[in-house]
Amino acid sequence: MDLDPEKLLAMHRNMVRIRLFEETAGRLMETGKMPGFLHLYVGQEAVAVGTCEALRIDDYITSTHRGHGHLVAKGGNLHEMMAELMGKATGSCGGKGGSMHINDLRLGMLGANGIVGAGVPIAVGAGFRNKYLGTDQVSVSFFGDASTNIGAFHEAINMASALHLPVVFVCEHNMYGEYTPTDRAMVIADIVDRAAGYGMPGVIVDGMDVLAVHEAVTEAVARARRGDGPSLVECKTYRYYNHHGIQNLGLKYRPDAEVLAWKERDPIFTFEDRMIETGRLSREQFDQIWAEVRADIDAAIAFADDSPFPEPDRLLAGVYTEVSA
Amino acid sequence: MSDRSITYVAAFIEAVKLEMDADPNVFIAGEDVGAHGGVFHTFDGVQAQFGERRAVDTPISEQAIIGLGVGAALTGLRPIVDLMFMDFSMVAADQIVNQAAKLKYMFGGNATMPLTITTAGGGGLSAAAQHSQSLEAIFCHIPGLKVIFPSTPYDAKGLMAASVRDDNPTMVILHKRMLGVRGVVPEGRYQVPLGVANVTRPGNDVSLISWGRTANDCLAAAETLQGEGISVEVIDLRTLSPLDIDTVVASVAKTHRAVVAHEAVRFGGFGAEVAAQIGELAFDSLDAPVGRVAAPFSPVPFSPALEGLYVPDAGRIAAAVRDTVARPLLAS
Repeated sequence: MDLDPEKLLAMHRNMVRIRLFEETAGRLMETGKMPGFLHLYVGQEAVAVGTCEALRIDDYITSTHRGHGHLVAKGGNLHEMMAELMGKATGSCGGKGGSMHINDLRLGMLGANGIVGAGVPIAVGAGFRNKYLGTDQVSVSFFGDASTNIGAFHEAINMASALHLPVVFVCEHNMYGEYTPTDRAMVIADIVDRAAGYGMPGVIVDGMDVLAVHEAVTEAVARARRGDGPSLVECKTYRYYNHHGIQNLGLKYRPDAEVLAWKERDPIFTFEDRMIETGRLSREQFDQIWAEVRADIDAAIAFADDSPFPEPDRLLAGVYTEVSA
Repeated sequence: MSDRSITYVAAFIEAVKLEMDADPNVFIAGEDVGAHGGVFHTFDGVQAQFGERRAVDTPISEQAIIGLGVGAALTGLRPIVDLMFMDFSMVAADQIVNQAAKLKYMFGGNATMPLTITTAGGGGLSAAAQHSQSLEAIFCHIPGLKVIFPSTPYDAKGLMAASVRDDNPTMVILHKRMLGVRGVVPEGRYQVPLGVANVTRPGNDVSLISWGRTANDCLAAAETLQGEGISVEVIDLRTLSPLDIDTVVASVAKTHRAVVAHEAVRFGGFGAEVAAQIGELAFDSLDAPVGRVAAPFSPVPFSPALEGLYVPDAGRIAAAVRDTVARPLLAS
């Protein structure tokens, strides 16, 4: 697929936005500024960006507990996101959701989710909506390898198939379900084998290669838009950090050598090298993006720092929608 | 005014059809709701009138059925999704409790969730322990959900219509043994507002609070007790969450005694919440502890001989009311 330089730069920028947002979030948790749980997306940037660059703003996505990257890739506002992580009133969810429930309905991002696999049926519901209304919008469900062991995944992917819905299932196979290697939790190596059981096409792509992800998802999205039904894209990828928090090496359940080997295939740096080697983009362009995103992150922290916490009267707001149709 | 009499289930179907007719974004989905019209025929004729696009048969996949509704509601539709037996709601508990109920709050109030979940509860059919439960208390414990349990054909139609139009997730529980019961039901669209209890029989000596099918048994018990000189005020809550405690408290202020009756298990049942609130809000009015009539702490038995002992009936309700009324005032 021949992409123009603007598109390539946009991909790079969004991967950098995720990387720096996540590493900043890690520091904020370390210093006690960010309460609650933190599941970092670093290492998997090519999946979110390659996918969301194949989508329109009016397409829907559902996400996981590791969801910041998906929202950033869909165009998320880093200032509102940073404020949400800190529990501030100006956050994406007004401080009601935090890291695990971050969302932006304006961007079709239907929420990170604290329950593994729970976003998959919701994406199918959004896909049903698109077909019901006769639009050409699609919905994408991001989920990890481990969530394909949950009943909700199987129920939902089967329903999408049975009802022939415009849904793309994007699996981020990062080799671990929380702290357990995936090969202890299933005897198949490839999630794509499960697509066959639901009568839909599935492809495996290098999840560290944003262009490969983009190409595969573009095809799956086109298929869904045409009304040809759901499909599954399995992205082989890796999370650099622990399931929760910011430790990356010295973990009992995975070897350091493995982490270092995957980092050699870093989605951002390999992309930069490839673009420079083939003369499509330059070091200067990349440096400028890193600098601009760093400045935006700094501004986001300042925005979040300066923002107030929610007023006590917000405690009960939003439990129920007051005005009904 | 027409005094047309139709069944509880026909009234419910009428609400579904009228709301679907009025709003193209309303659809139904669930197991067997299409050509078959639902296992209890609660959607008879809906697919014939509105087609397969708007009356959708789904796989037997409770999580995905509710998830379909959650995703569709979050993106602008107004789904009705059916769970057949209330017992099956436990299979879909994550999507109901963690997703449908909470997303709008966790999203900072930016979302609406106009989702209606319909299901059939209650015993009395020898359907045994997995097809007979009254699990309403579980859902009343979940902030964000509204729980509705109609006791008459009129309310089945009006509460269903109000539930469909509500922008919050609602669970409408139909009682399986009420489906064929007839009552007067107007023909056009109307709503019975959610969260408003109904005083179905005025009285002076004791307040008898209930919902669902048991509310009808309470009326029968009240009739019996009238012959014994006990004047019972019967309150049908109609909506359990939000709870119209004001109507209950106003009644207890008049009668000074209260009994709560329901078909669900007594321990941890919703009657405990009603009794506790009466204690908190009407303590000074009470001449006796709040009585409770409910099922024992047991799964619903299969054999009619045992199930008859399990599900509260008018006789047991009347006995509980007699006990409460007979309790002497404490010496001051």
